[in-house]
Order: sequence, then C-alpha cells, then structure tokens
Amino acid sequence: MITDILKASVAASAIRLATPYIFASLGETFGQRSGVLNLGVDGIMLMGAFAAYYAVFETGNLFLGLLAALIVGMLMGLAMAFISVTLQAEQGISGIGLYLFGLGLSELLFQKTVVTPTPIDGFPRINLPILTDLPVLGEIFFHHNLLVYVAFALVPISAFVLNRTTFGLQIRAVGQNPEAADAMGISVARVRYMTVTLGGGFAGLAGASLSIALLNIFQSNLTSGQGFIAVALVYFGAWRPYWVMGGALLFSTVNALQLQVKTIENALGINVPSEFAVMAPYVVTIITLIFASKRVEQPTALTKPFERGES
Amino acid sequence: MLSRKKWLLLPLILLMVALVVPTQGHTRSAKAQDTFKVAVVMPSASNDLAFSQSMIDALTAIDEEMGDGFEFVFQENTFVVDDAAIALREWAASGEYNLIIAHGSQYGAIIEELAPEFPDVSFAWGTDVDTFGYDNVYAYEAGSDQGGFVNGVLAALLTNSNVIGVVGPIEVGDAKLYVDGFKAGVAWVNPEIAVNVNYIQSFSDVALASEAAQAHIANGADVMTGSAQMVVGAVGVAKETGNVLWFGQQSNQTELAPEIVVANQVYHWEVVLKEIIAQVQAGTLGGTSYKLTLENGGLVIEYNEAYTLSAFDKFVADAVIQGIIDGTITYTLE
Amino acid sequence: MAIVRRFLNTSKLVNISLNITLLLLAVGAALLVGSVMIMLMDADPIKAYQALYEGAFGTTNSRAETLVKATPLLFVGIGICVAFRGGVINVGGEGQMIIGALAGVWIALSLDTVPRFIENVPINDFPQITVVTLSLLAGFVAGALWGGIAGVLKAYFGVNEILSTIMLNQIALQLMNYLLNGVLLDPEQKDRVNRIPKTARIEEHAKLPRIDWFSDTPTRLHAGLIVGLVLAVVVYILLWRTTLGYRIRAVGQSDRASRYAGINVKRQVLYSILISGGCAGLAGAVQVIGLQYRLQTDGSAAGFTGNAGFNGIVAALFGGLHPIGTIPASVFFGALLIGAQSIQREVQVPASLITTLNGLVVIFVVSSQIFIKRLTKRRASVPPQPTPAAPKSLPALQEEAAK
Repeated sequence: MITDILKASVAASAIRLATPYIFASLGETFGQRSGVLNLGVDGIMLMGAFAAYYAVFETGNLFLGLLAALIVGMLMGLAMAFISVTLQAEQGISGIGLYLFGLGLSELLFQKTVVTPTPIDGFPRINLPILTDLPVLGEIFFHHNLLVYVAFALVPISAFVLNRTTFGLQIRAVGQNPEAADAMGISVARVRYMTVTLGGGFAGLAGASLSIALLNIFQSNLTSGQGFIAVALVYFGAWRPYWVMGGALLFSTVNALQLQVKTIENALGINVPSEFAVMAPYVVTIITLIFASKRVEQPTALTKPFERGES
Repeated sequence: MLSRKKWLLLPLILLMVALVVPTQGHTRSAKAQDTFKVAVVMPSASNDLAFSQSMIDALTAIDEEMGDGFEFVFQENTFVVDDAAIALREWAASGEYNLIIAHGSQYGAIIEELAPEFPDVSFAWGTDVDTFGYDNVYAYEAGSDQGGFVNGVLAALLTNSNVIGVVGPIEVGDAKLYVDGFKAGVAWVNPEIAVNVNYIQSFSDVALASEAAQAHIANGADVMTGSAQMVVGAVGVAKETGNVLWFGQQSNQTELAPEIVVANQVYHWEVVLKEIIAQVQAGTLGGTSYKLTLENGGLVIEYNEAYTLSAFDKFVADAVIQGIIDGTITYTLE
Repeated sequence: MAIVRRFLNTSKLVNISLNITLLLLAVGAALLVGSVMIMLMDADPIKAYQALYEGAFGTTNSRAETLVKATPLLFVGIGICVAFRGGVINVGGEGQMIIGALAGVWIALSLDTVPRFIENVPINDFPQITVVTLSLLAGFVAGALWGGIAGVLKAYFGVNEILSTIMLNQIALQLMNYLLNGVLLDPEQKDRVNRIPKTARIEEHAKLPRIDWFSDTPTRLHAGLIVGLVLAVVVYILLWRTTLGYRIRAVGQSDRASRYAGINVKRQVLYSILISGGCAGLAGAVQVIGLQYRLQTDGSAAGFTGNAGFNGIVAALFGGLHPIGTIPASVFFGALLIGAQSIQREVQVPASLITTLNGLVVIFVVSSQIFIKRLTKRRASVPPQPTPAAPKSLPALQEEAAK
C-alpha cells in the first residue's frame, strides 16, 4: 500500500506544485525582511500570469512572456512600495486593495483581449541526456520545465543576497531597526522600495510559472488564492529562504500525497472524504510549525512605516 | 503647500457633490410591448467555457433567432449568494422583465423568498427540480447523467489501460450527476475498468485540477473527463501528455485540445428556455420543472471532427444515445 | 453620559469631519480613475456612477440592502478593532464566520429536529427570543474558539497568526463542505443524486426578525443590524472602559512595555483574538438566521461570506479601528459594494471592472490616511489631549511611570 502511494510521480508533482509558492514566497521574504508586509501577492501573481500569458499568446515568444511578467510584477511592487513606504499606509489593508485590483484588472484585460481560455505553448519539459532517463530520479528531478529550475535556483541566490551581501545587510538592518539603519546613513525608503519592487517581480514570475509553464492557460482567478498561502509560507520559513522553500515543499508534498491517495483510493480499498484530503496540507503545515517553531522573532519593524525623527 | 493642495482637490469635491446630490430617480422605460426581456444572474464568468457560458450561449442563440423581439441583461461572477439576491430582487421590483433567471442551484433560497413576494413576475432557476409549489417559478435541470453515460461508454471502449480518471469540483449537483452517469456508462461496457474519481473541492483551482490529472495519468489513466471550469488545467495536462483522451462536459471544450478531445456533452439551455418563454408569453408564469435530455435536444453529444473515432465506436455511441432516448437502455446511479 | 460627552468633544468632532472629508475625497479620486476605465469599456461613467448612487441609496430597498451588506462588515470590523488594537493581525474572519454560521444554524435547526434536551417540553414552546439568543451565542462561542486556535498557537507556540488564520480559513471551509454534505444536509436532499449541499430551512421561530416598520414593501433588513450596533457600543466600552480593554490596547502598543508593567501578554493576545473571532462568528450566525435562513455552500468561502471576513478589516480601518467609527465605515463600504454591483447591472460592464474599482477605492482610502496623520500632527503641536483615562490599576500606573 505504501509503495502504491509513494511514487516518483508524487514527488515530481510536489516539486511542480511548490514552484509558484517558491517564487512568490521568496519575493515576499525580501519585502518582509525589510519591514513591509505585502498581502497583495495574489493580485500581483494574477497580473504577472496574465501579462506573461498575453505576451506569449500574441508573440509566441516565451522569454518575452517572462519579461512581461517580471515588469508588470515589479510595477505592481513599485505601487505597493509607494503606498506602504511613501504614503505609509496600513500594510495589511493596502495589500487587500492591491489584491482586489490585480484580481479584477487581470480578468478585465483577459476578457477584453483573449476572451475565452485558450491554451498556449508554454515552457516545455526539459529532457536532459542521461539524467532524464534515470529511473525514479529522472522523473522526480530532471523532467521539469525551465521555470521550475529557476525557482529552486533562486533559493540559494536569495539566501546569499540576504546573508552575505551589503544589500542583504541593509535589508536586515532596515527591517530590524530602521532608526539605527537611518542613523548609519542607509536610506530606509530606498531599501524598502527595492525589496518590495523585487518581491513584486518575483510574484510576477510566480504567476508566469502558472500561466506559461505549468498550466499554459489563463482564466479568471487563475491563482485561486495561492498568493495568500505564499505569504503564510514566509512566516513558516521564518524569513529564511531555505526554510521558506522547505515550507513550500512540505505543503506541496502533502497536497500531492492527498491527490495520489484520492486517485487510487478504490484500489487501496479506503475512502477518505475529499474535504479532509484537501484540508490535509493546511493542517500538516500548522502542526509542523507547532513542533518546529523555534520562536523566531519577526523583523521588529514589520508592518511599521518609518518616518524620520518619529521616535 | 496645503492651500495649493486644496485647490487641486476642488474638482474632486465638485465631483463628490455631484455624486451625493440626489439625482432624479432614473425613469425606467415601461415594459416594451413586444420585446421579451430576460435578466439572468450566474455564479462564474460568462466566458468560463462551462456552466455560466452555457447559459450565455443559449441566450445569445435565442437573441439571434428572435432578433428585436428579445433582449437580455446579465450579472456574472455572482458567486456571493447575497449579491445575487440583490440583483434578483431589483429586477423583480422593476417590473421590467418578463423572465428572471437565477442560474445556479445556490440561488434557490432566494427564489423561494422572492416568488410569493412578486407573484406577477416569472422566475426560472436551476439546476434543480423544485418550483416550491409556486405557480410563478420554473425549475430547470440538466440530465447530465445521460451524456455522462454516453461519454462513459465511449471512454470504456477507448481505454487500453482500463484505468479512467475523473476530475471533479465538489461532489454535489450537476457535477455529481455527470460523474455518476459517466461511471455507470463505463460499467455498462466493462465493470472491470477502474474509474478513479478525484473531487478537488474547488471550482476555481486550476493548478490543483492540473495536478489531479497528473496523478491520474501517473496511475495509468489513458482516458479522462471532468466537470466545471477549473478542468481547463486537467485538459492541458492530457494534451501535453499527448496520448491521453479527454471527454468534455457542459460546453464544447474541443478548442482547448483538438488533438485529444473525443466528444463533449453540451448543454443547450435554449431548448428549455424557448419553452419557458412561450409559456410566459401565453400567460403561464411558472409551475413546471424542465429537464434537458438527449431526447429533447437539450443535451447534445458533440463529437470532435478532428478526432477520428472508429466506425464501431461511433456506431455504439449513437446506438446508446438512441437507446437512452427510447428507453431501451436504462441504468441506475449510485 | 460621560461617553456621550467625550464623543462630542470638539477636537474629536473636527477630527471626525476631517476623516470623513478625506474618505470622500479618496473615494472620489478612485472613482475618477475608475471613470477612465469605464470610458475605455465604452460605457458612460456618469450613468455608471448614477447607477452606483441609485443602487446604494436610490430607493427604500437599496438603502435597506446597503445596511444588510454593512451588517456582517460591522460585526467583523468590530472584532478587527479589538484584534488590531491588541496587536493581532486576524485575517481569519472568513473561517471564523463559517464556523460561527455552522454553530448558529446547528442550534437553530436542532431546537426543532434533534433530540430535545429538556424532557416533555414541546419544541415550539421555546420562544423565539430563546432560540435566536442561543443561536447567536453559539455563533459567537464557535467563532471565538476557532479564532482561539490561532490565539493559542500564537501565544503559546509562537506560530504567527497571519499564517495560522490563512490556513484555518481553508480548514473551516472544508469542514463546512463536509458537514453540509453530511450530517447537516437537508433531509430533502439526501436521496437526490444531484443533491445540493445545504441545510434545511430554519423555522420561523429561529429567525432573527426582519425590520419592516419603515417601509410598506418588504425588504431584507433584519435585526442583526441592531445586534451589531449594540455590539459596537459594548466593545467600545470594553476597549476603553475596562481593565481588560486597557490591557489589550497596552499590549498592542508595545508588548515589551506591557510585560514590564506586569501584564500577562500572552493572555491578552489570546483574549483579543477570542473576542475578534467571536465577533466574526456572530457575523456568520447572523447571516444565516437573519438573512439566508439556511446555510449553503458552493465550495468556496466567499459564496457564503461574501468576503466579509476581509472586507470587515477594510471597514474597521476606514472607521479608525474604533468600534463606533466602524458603524458609519461599514455602511459606507457596504454602500460602495452594493452600488458597484448596480453599475454592473445597469451599464453592463464586466464584473471584473467592479472588483478593480473596489481595489482602487481601498488603496486610495488607505493611502489618504497619511494626510490625516500630517494634519493631526500639525494640530497636535498644541498640547496633546490626554489619553483616554484608563482605569487606574497598578499596571496602568506603572506604565505611565515608565513613560
């Protein structure tokens, strides 16, 4: 029974499912590390997904699609930065606003341009010589589309940037103690603008990974709330890229497992109510955190706008 | 600085004043004598290639047929039941519409409340059979188990692996009826064939639908079907794999994957709507429950021209359709 | 009386009028941007906004619908005031509403059908007031407990509440889908192949009465609004007139300072999310027994909640995170939502345009807060008004000393 469930295809599925979360959560990590909570990730993802889809729909050029998602995502991020840094708006709420804006606008544009869900040719699965043909490992690791690899490659890069570069130091300083950072001559606003814009770009890519790589289609509310899960996973990962990836993989693995169990439950002779199967990833994520929680303090200045000479 | 800002804001203030000052209650044109006006509220986008679109397609078809004598307005994406209630009540109160349609079984409670309040207004709702005993309510449903059965028979004939995958939203209503019919159809051909059904508990999660399809394929499925608008993800997976066939439901999904779609069960609500319209025009405001069937042409199995179905399979499918219509083929649903 | 007097404090009034002006300006600006979009859709923005106004305020019925829409926003918003004041970002309103509704409808139905817990008392002898009160109470308690899970996780296990409430929303939704397709399923639906996941309709004496004294034609306005207004006052008193409220706010201001002042921070965190969840749960129960009369699912949370769990957060912020301020803010936001729907109907623009417009309104309004901040700061260079008198408890004095 266990061997029926634990198949290579499940692991491959988990990796695919995790991809958009990794993009979006990594982006959100940058923003939160610098003290900005962006709850509007889902809206940015949707805009990115549409931009990528539309570019590919019109031109057939996948990299143009990627670029479109990146630019649109960064623009949305820039808007969020302007709202939360310059206008010092309450971040949770402006995020909800941004989400609604992205949800509505992406669908509106879709309805006015493409009209009905039409498939496109997205990033194909990569076939690597030898590696792809490896038993088990080939299916799990070496038969994905390009964006899956990009997502996972961004994890060490993000960790490196956050932990080993001056920019990373500035981000952490701004998120931990903006007053001190400011006194040291770091522009709090500039750093936050950069992280939130970058985070927007990542969220745009997350959307693109759905619309032009994994699903190759667009329809209204394509992300179906994945952006909110991505925000939650940042907390799960305690603002550390590797842990964030771990959270995304855990969540996605449980999801892939429940799909597998439901798919073959007749053969297994069991009957799990679908509702509980679908619930599983959420429950497991919470429970894991209860045991794994090391009481990491969140960035002290998270959600707190900074104004010079305020305190 | 502030005073300059104030001037800048002046136009906005004027705009707000214009907004807040009570406008003349906009005069509604009285019901035109010979134009039949319909208002419809539906739960998803009008271009969803599924439930909502099937209604828009039907109304458009009627519109083309009746020309100036027909008009319809709609409110789409009304998944919030309370918002539908507002729209329906307003339409009913306006007295402007000859027929008000609540296209979604979740709207039943609203109709139940509105019908006695507006006894002169004709309502139609579905998919359900319940007219609540009011003579100004029509109910309509799709016997989607019928097309499901036909699709199931074909699927059973076409599978080589004897494993068939189904992706569904939540196990209720129209989707459940279709899936149960589909299972019965498969079993009618060969009860040994495994039909794996996965309800992903969502009408919108395309990514999860796509992975559910992946799971079906990984476990040997070579024929799949599914119901509701999120299945576009599953169709995509089947298409990418290349050797997995797909059966469509609700709308014609051939254009999603012309290579692998075999047949679709398509809803033609216009069959029922035309009858309801004729009834309303004759002065009967409700009291009847309608059902789309293969027999009345409300359900149509639309084959994909681009997919070559063997003469035998096509013959069997057509015979099954005929058998269901004349009652020589019967089945029980779980 | 003291409460009323404090509320009529002039500088406060100036503040409130400033708030309202800015709110209107921000909405106006958002609609101005929206009008460009409407024109791009080949529709007439003036006609559209006329429809918005008419849809929200034009007729007795539309005014009633505005209040109906505002009611759940008010409940959730009141709870959000407590949570945010206590430093807890509760984005779990959707889930708490669902659980509250499940409990409320279960009580409303069981007082009819399920084994009676009082022997020899015929069911109809339960007066309406008892059934309704019990249902509402059940909604509150269930919502509070559901919120309490996130509270316990935050206070005692260090699990961030944004994470847990987002996850708990999904879990609550699946729980609802399961129960509505199982034990709570309408007996009439049980034997149908294409059954609809809904409960039976609740009986007359389990319904919150409709308010119909102001109009000849029936509307859907129900007594839930009154419950909400009372709750606003109660929570206002709780937050500013009791030690518990003071402590919650102190923890929200600075948990470190509160700890030094001897406040049990964890417990206050738990209390604030319990109250907040309870309010959202009440919203869910009220929607069922006041408005829909049965609980039904389309598989999504929003189908039932209408996103009130999120929109309530917006309403609370529009209302300055003050329970009383949340009242007009909810009505205002409710009117916008109702009016926007009416645009779609009257001008036949896509629903997505309306969603976009709502997003713009939220963004513009929340961004406009900075002007209030700037302006009040300028005025506040005159001696700052004393902070509302907290009950003189030891921790309070300690904290004052710490300043």
